[in-house]
Amino acid sequence: MKLLIKNGHVIDPSQGIDETADILIEDGKIKEVLRRKEPAGGMKENESGIKTQERGVINAAGLIVMPGLVDMHVHLREPGFEYKETIKTGTGAAIRGGITSVCCMPNTDPVNDNSSITQFILKKAAMEGSCNIYPVGCITKGQKGRELAEMTMMYEAGCVAFSDDGRPVADSLMMRRALEYSRVFDAPIISHCEDLMLAARGVMNEGLLSALLGLKGIPAQAEEIMVARDIALAELTGGRLHLAHVSTKGSVELIRAAKKRGVAAVSAETCPHYFSITEEAVRGYNTNAKVNPPLRGRADVEAIKKGLADGTIDVIVTDHAPHHMDEKVREFDLAPPGISGLETSVGLSMKLVDEGVLTLKQLVGKMALNPAGIVGIRKGSMKPGYDADICIIDPEREYRVDAAGFSSKGRNTPFDKWDLKGMPVITICKGVVNELS
Amino acid sequence: MSLKSRDLIGIKELEPGDIELVLDTAAGFKDILGRDIKKVPALRGRTVVNLFYEPSTRTRTSFELAAKRLSTDVINFSVSTSSVVKGETLRDTAMNIQALGADFIIVRHSCAGTAHFLAKNLNASVINAGDGTNEHPTQALLDLFTIKEAKGDIRGLNVAIVGDILHSRVAKSNIYALKKLGADVRLIGPPTLIPAYMKELGVGLYTDMNEGLKDVDIIMTLRIQMERQGKGFFPSTDEYFRNWGLTLERISRAKKDVIVLHPGPMNRGVEISSDVADGKMSVIIEQVTNGLAVRMAVLYLLSGVKA
Amino acid sequence: MSKKILDKKDIERIIARMSHEIIEKNKGVGSICLVGIQKRGVHIAVRIARKLKEIEGVDVPVGMLDIALYRDDINVRKDQPLVRRTEVPCQISNKNVVLVDDVLFTGRSIRAAMDALMDFGRPATIQLAVLVDRGHRELPIKADFVGKNIPTLLSETVNVQLEEDGMADKVCLNES
Repeated sequence: MKLLIKNGHVIDPSQGIDETADILIEDGKIKEVLRRKEPAGGMKENESGIKTQERGVINAAGLIVMPGLVDMHVHLREPGFEYKETIKTGTGAAIRGGITSVCCMPNTDPVNDNSSITQFILKKAAMEGSCNIYPVGCITKGQKGRELAEMTMMYEAGCVAFSDDGRPVADSLMMRRALEYSRVFDAPIISHCEDLMLAARGVMNEGLLSALLGLKGIPAQAEEIMVARDIALAELTGGRLHLAHVSTKGSVELIRAAKKRGVAAVSAETCPHYFSITEEAVRGYNTNAKVNPPLRGRADVEAIKKGLADGTIDVIVTDHAPHHMDEKVREFDLAPPGISGLETSVGLSMKLVDEGVLTLKQLVGKMALNPAGIVGIRKGSMKPGYDADICIIDPEREYRVDAAGFSSKGRNTPFDKWDLKGMPVITICKGVVNELS
Repeated sequence: MSLKSRDLIGIKELEPGDIELVLDTAAGFKDILGRDIKKVPALRGRTVVNLFYEPSTRTRTSFELAAKRLSTDVINFSVSTSSVVKGETLRDTAMNIQALGADFIIVRHSCAGTAHFLAKNLNASVINAGDGTNEHPTQALLDLFTIKEAKGDIRGLNVAIVGDILHSRVAKSNIYALKKLGADVRLIGPPTLIPAYMKELGVGLYTDMNEGLKDVDIIMTLRIQMERQGKGFFPSTDEYFRNWGLTLERISRAKKDVIVLHPGPMNRGVEISSDVADGKMSVIIEQVTNGLAVRMAVLYLLSGVKA
Repeated sequence: MSKKILDKKDIERIIARMSHEIIEKNKGVGSICLVGIQKRGVHIAVRIARKLKEIEGVDVPVGMLDIALYRDDINVRKDQPLVRRTEVPCQISNKNVVLVDDVLFTGRSIRAAMDALMDFGRPATIQLAVLVDRGHRELPIKADFVGKNIPTLLSETVNVQLEEDGMADKVCLNES
C-alpha cells in the first residue's frame, strides 16, 4: 500500500522542513519526504481541499502537512468512568483534533498504579483505539502520596511517564524519592503543581472576580509554591521533571529562571485554555470554565504566551478532561473541574500563529516533536521509517465550534460556538487515513 | 413602574432606580403591618415555595410571613445538605417544584450562584435568600430601608461594616447596595477575613476598630460564624471581641447619632456587647419588622414583571 | 380632540352641592368619615371636608386609600401599580364612610376600595361620592353623590386635572 501526499506545505521541525513537498507513505510508514526547489509543474497549486480520487494520492495543495500531533496530557476515563469517556470515544476525538498519540493520565478507577492496569489499557487501546495510546502511571500507590508505585514494572508494561495528576504529591520527601527513582528507567515525573492546603478547596482564581461571584479563590501562589519546590527537587535529584498545565505568570518566571540556571531536566506544558481565555469566562457561574488549575488573569495569559514564544514552555497539551453533562449542569462549587479539549486544540493554538506568538514550525514543535521527546516515543516526526502519523490542516478553514457534535462524550467546553480558523482535515494514523468533515 | 428582571438574584444585578423602587414600595407595605388586618389580597392565588438547602429560621419565616400577608399560598421545602451531594440534583428538585405550580421560588443554598442557576433554568420568579458567600439581596434591602428610615437619605453617609467580610453574603450585598446609592463604605475586621483585593470594590479597609469607626453614621456588625474559629482566621472569640467587638466605648468614636445594625442572630459578647445590642442606637429589632415589609415589596414588584 | 366639560367654577359648585347632599343624607356630619381613593379622590375628599367645615363647623376626618393591592387586574396589567400610602385616621366601625373618587367608570376600583375598607373595620354604611360618572359599569355599583353625569363612548377618556397636582382645575373628555 502506497500513499502520496502531494503539494502540501510540509512542516517537520525534526528534519528542518518548512516548505512545499510531497510525502510518500508505504505500508503505514513514512518512506520519504520528497523535497524540491520549485513547485512541481502541472499541479493545481491553489486548489485547496482534499482530493483523493486519484488512487493513493492526496492533493494537499494549500494545506499544511505536519507530523500527527502528540498530546501528552489526556484523560480517557477508562477504566471506571466510561460514562464520561472511553478509550474508543476519546481516541476518536483525538483523531478529529489532528492528534495521533495521546498519553492517558492514571486517575481512572482503579487508578493506573500497577502493570496489570497498564496492560488492560493497552489491550483495550489495541482493540478499540483509533490512535496511539501511551499510558501514564501513578507515582504513588493509589495516588495517595504515601508509597511509590511499581514504576519500573509499569514502565516495562508500557507507561511512558509517571504522575499523580489531579492530585499533587504533597509530601516533599515523597516527591524527592520519585524524582530520584525515576532515573532507573528514564521517564519523566509529571507534576500537578498545587499546594492543596493553600488552595483550600477553592474553585476559581482568587481575586476581585472571585469576591464578586462569592466563589472561593485559589491564589496563583498555590501553583507557584509547588513549581518552585519541584524545580528545587529536580536540581537536588537530577530526576526528569515535567510541569503539567502551567497557568500563572509566576510559574513561567520560575521555569524560565530554572532553565536559565541550566536545570536541564525541567520541561513544562500549558493548555489552550490558559492562553485563550481568562477567569472572566467563569462569570455567570459557567461550570464549563471550571478547571484546575483555574483560569487566570490577563497578565497570566500574556505571560503564558511569552513563555511559549521564548521556549520556557515546551509543550501544548489539552488536559482533555471530559465530564458528563449532568456533572456540569449544577452548582458551580459541586461541578468537577475540567475541559473537553481534544477537538478545539488545533483551532485555538493556530491563533498563536495568527497573532505572531509562534511560527508554524514552533507550533508543531510544541504539539508534536517536543512532547514525543519528553516521553521518549518515536513520534512527532516524519523521518523515513517512522509510523505514518500525519496531521493535515487547512489553515484557512473557518468553522464554528459545536460541542454537541463532538466525538468526545465530554461536551464541557467554554469554547462552544467560538469561531476558529485552522482545522484538521485529514488525520493519518499508522497509514490509516481519516478524512474529517 | 416595575423591576426589570422577574428574578432577584443579587444587588449586583440591580440598577440604583430598582433599589429605590423597592425601598419606596416597602414603605407602603410597612403601613399594612401596623394594621389590625395585616393581610392584603394582592397576590391571591399565587404560590410561593421556600426552597431551603441551609437551615434558617428567621429568613425563611420572614419570607413565609411576607408571602402570607400578600395572600399567597406558601410551601416550605427544606432539603438536608447531605442530599445536595447525593440524591436528586438541584435542577431536578427545582423543576419538580415548578411543576407543582410555584410562581415564586425562594432559594437558600450553600453554593454561590445557585439562584442564578435556578433563574436560568426555571420560568418561576427566583428570589435569592442567600447563596453561599455570594449575596443575600433582601437582607441588604432591608438594611438600606432601615438606614433610610433613620437617616432620610443614603447618599453621603459613612457606613462601617465590621467582621467576617470574606464569608459574608450580607456584607457583599450591602457593599454593592450602599455603593450604588452613594454611601461611603469601609470594612473593618481581621485581615484574614478582609482580603486586600476587596479594596478594588471601592471601599476603605481598616484593621483597627477605633480608627475605622471614626465619624461613621452607620455601623453594621456581622455575625461571626462560630465554625470559623480554629480555622486560623482568628485565634479565639475572646481575642476577636477584644479587637473587633462593638462596645459603647468604641462607638463613642462614631457620630453622635450613629445607628447600629446586625443581621442576626447575634453572638453577644463576640461581635457585639449587650449594652450596644440593647442600646438606643440599636435598630436591630426594627430590622426584623422592616424585613417583612421589604420582602412583601419584592414579591409584589416581581409579580408584575412579565416573563 | 379634547372637550372641556367642567371648569374651576363648575367644580367648586359641584363640591358645594355634594357637601350639602352628604349633610342632608346623613342628617349632619357627626358620624361621617371621608375616605379618598388615591390619588385624585383624596384631593376631592379634602375639598369636601373643607366645605363641610364651612357649613357645619365640624372637622370631618379624611382618610386616604390606596387600592393597588386590592385590584382585580393585578395579574393582567402590564406595569405593577405603584403602592401609595393608605391612611385611615379614625375607627371606621359603625361610621358612615363616604368613599370619594374622581371618576366612576367600570366600578372595579370601587369594588377594590370597599374590600380595602373592610380590612379596617365594619362601617355602618359605605356611600360613594364621585366628581364624574361616565357610565359603562361592569359591576352592580351606583354612586350616592354624583357631581356630573357625562355620557361617554368607551373609546373616550375622561381627564381630571386638579390644582393639588399643580394644574388648573378642569375636566376634559378626550377622544383617543
